[in-house]
Amino acid sequence: MTAAADDPLALPDPVEPPAAPGEPLLVADDVTVRFHTRNGVVHAVDGVSLDLREGEVLAVVGESGSGKTVFTRRLMGLVTGGRGTEVGGSVRFAGTDLTTLSAARLSRIWGAEIALILQDPMTSLNPVKRIGAQITESILLHRKVSKTEAAKRAVELLRSVGLSEPERRVRQYPHELSGGMRQRVTIAIALACDPRLLLADEPTTALDVTVQAQILDLLADLQARSGMAMLLVTHDLRVVRSRSHRIAVMYAGRIVETAPTSTLFADPLMPYTEALMNAVPPVTGPNHVRLQVIPGRPPDLIRPPAGCKFSPRCPYAQDRCLTEEPPLRDAEPSGPDAPVHRYRCWFPVGSPAWAEAKARNIERGSSAAGTPVTEEMVLT
Amino acid sequence: MTAADVASPSPVAPDVTDDVVLRLEDLVVEFRAGNGGTVHAVSGISLEVRRGETLGLVGESGCGKSTTGRAIMQLPRPTSGSVLFEGRDLATMSGEELRRVRPKLQMIFQDPISSLNPRRRITDIVGDPLVVWGRGDQRAKVVPEVLEAVGLDPEQVADRRPHQFSGGQCQRVSIARALVLDPEVLICDEPVSALDVSVQAQILNLLEDMKRRYGLTLLFIAHDLGVVRNISDRVAVMYLGRICELGETRALFDTPVHPYTRLLVSSIPTMQDVADLEQIDRGGGEMPSPMDPPSGCRFRTRCPLATERCADETPLMREVLPGRFAACHHPILDHAPEHSGAPAAEKAAGKTTGTTALPRNGQPSREDA
Repeated sequence: MTAAADDPLALPDPVEPPAAPGEPLLVADDVTVRFHTRNGVVHAVDGVSLDLREGEVLAVVGESGSGKTVFTRRLMGLVTGGRGTEVGGSVRFAGTDLTTLSAARLSRIWGAEIALILQDPMTSLNPVKRIGAQITESILLHRKVSKTEAAKRAVELLRSVGLSEPERRVRQYPHELSGGMRQRVTIAIALACDPRLLLADEPTTALDVTVQAQILDLLADLQARSGMAMLLVTHDLRVVRSRSHRIAVMYAGRIVETAPTSTLFADPLMPYTEALMNAVPPVTGPNHVRLQVIPGRPPDLIRPPAGCKFSPRCPYAQDRCLTEEPPLRDAEPSGPDAPVHRYRCWFPVGSPAWAEAKARNIERGSSAAGTPVTEEMVLT
Repeated sequence: MTAADVASPSPVAPDVTDDVVLRLEDLVVEFRAGNGGTVHAVSGISLEVRRGETLGLVGESGCGKSTTGRAIMQLPRPTSGSVLFEGRDLATMSGEELRRVRPKLQMIFQDPISSLNPRRRITDIVGDPLVVWGRGDQRAKVVPEVLEAVGLDPEQVADRRPHQFSGGQCQRVSIARALVLDPEVLICDEPVSALDVSVQAQILNLLEDMKRRYGLTLLFIAHDLGVVRNISDRVAVMYLGRICELGETRALFDTPVHPYTRLLVSSIPTMQDVADLEQIDRGGGEMPSPMDPPSGCRFRTRCPLATERCADETPLMREVLPGRFAACHHPILDHAPEHSGAPAAEKAAGKTTGTTALPRNGQPSREDA
């Protein structure tokens, strides 16, 4: 049905899925963030609910403007209401609602319980402070240890993230290190207090491909060893394929599909997920392959389309899609223990309704939204 | 590696030499750094681009791929070496001669928004090259044609300005501007890396269409290996100012011969389990500074196969398999047969039966001297 279904690269989960069910470590419920701007209200995050268990790696995938970064910052409590920002919903971490905590209480959790890694390692490090001091800062803040012990721990951390000559590195400044080394330092800082949850927002996007692989390997290794939960935010589906248990796909500020990684690749139900997979040039098979095109561009979050947010770009869109927004609903379970697979679509890929919609649009040469439907859009 | 050192100066059989539209010979680009040092951005690369092909140039940031693209355009002029376009050396041309050649060589850039003048209308941006060349009277006919070709509605876009467009649309405008003078060669410097995945595919398909429609030759510079693999006929891999491997796209990706190419290919997400890329030591290695490149083979500081020889002796570009060139003392030639499925690789496999003296996996051999 899809390219992914018979793809030899569809990997089984590389990491053991997390064991015990129990109460999830992180529960985001109906998280909403709106920015009031001169041009109107930007619906950056619109009712996103997610949960993350201990030891689990959840990937949040979306293009620019999908709201993934704002959502991550909201989880962390870095986006708060006021001054033109409107927030809603709750974020429960280990039973505590973070959205109601004071800044002072939050700062006791930041770094100690929840850590964040950002895309650009240069701007997330302090350029006028030595590497060592930046690592020990959070250790001294959160743990009752002496400066000597903290300094020793900093060296250990740098070694554990694969930096050579850690004793020398602690005395260096960020500008003396390369991009990949700096990102290793930010990871060391994030891990300094053994957080239970690591939020990694595009941790490798600014890095070269060989370094990207090193950093992703490192994160996977550290995650598996420490058993911390990780939220891996990225625009690149390929990056998370062998490195996450579950994937949530975001579009226009909301989750449009969520499933275990292997299920999502084998059986995407939301046309956007399918399109995203097929738009990426394949790395096996013949070259000069005609890429499946997603027409148009990501939606305007000030004036999002009515109905399904993807409908103006969707090759299968029908009249209903333009007026009525599909809810996030559960897929038909394939067995009694089938994992949760949710999607937001009236005509899920592979269903009889979808086949009909597709045939109708091909026949009339356009979708209900008036987008021309050409062969290259519906190769699958 | 100078042109004279290379066994055959052109990595192409003599009978297709006529087809070469662009030839770089021992191209060197160096910049003086503030502290008195020298940045060795491009250190003697020789390369041929054949008419009608798409040649991919890949490498990590700082490897000199963009500098190479700009040096072809003489922006700035290279430190030494020559750039032969249709047989004439651009590097020694006078300013006026060069100006007359430039319409045949066009370039598109990574950031589509900053490469368009924000204060000008689309019709002026695309039509200006015609005015410059005294063909302003053709604007009314040619500009709508070329806008149409890149998938923009001329009536809708002509009077708008760049800020009214998305990145993908701006890249379409850049492509239209590059095509309006009917060039021979289009140099694309990371044309899709600033675009979202869903828009990337539109531009990549468009480039393939335009190549066919306008009979273009493309030099496609990018760091995204998947993108380069799909669009290129041949690929040259650059590392720290030098080309380390050159060959037909699929064969090169399926059976990388240079250890650096192998590292690159193994770093593609989801490619880790493809081909015999077992247990690649990604180490903590990163590209050394181009201010102070390693002696001999520049990849040796990260190479699992490196030996003393690699430090002493710069490996020359040589044909290690038919149509495949690599600059390596220890090329990897023992790929498992099931991975050499590409036609080129099959052809190659037939010719490599006598290479038992070459290093086996991870065990460098000194016998290949």
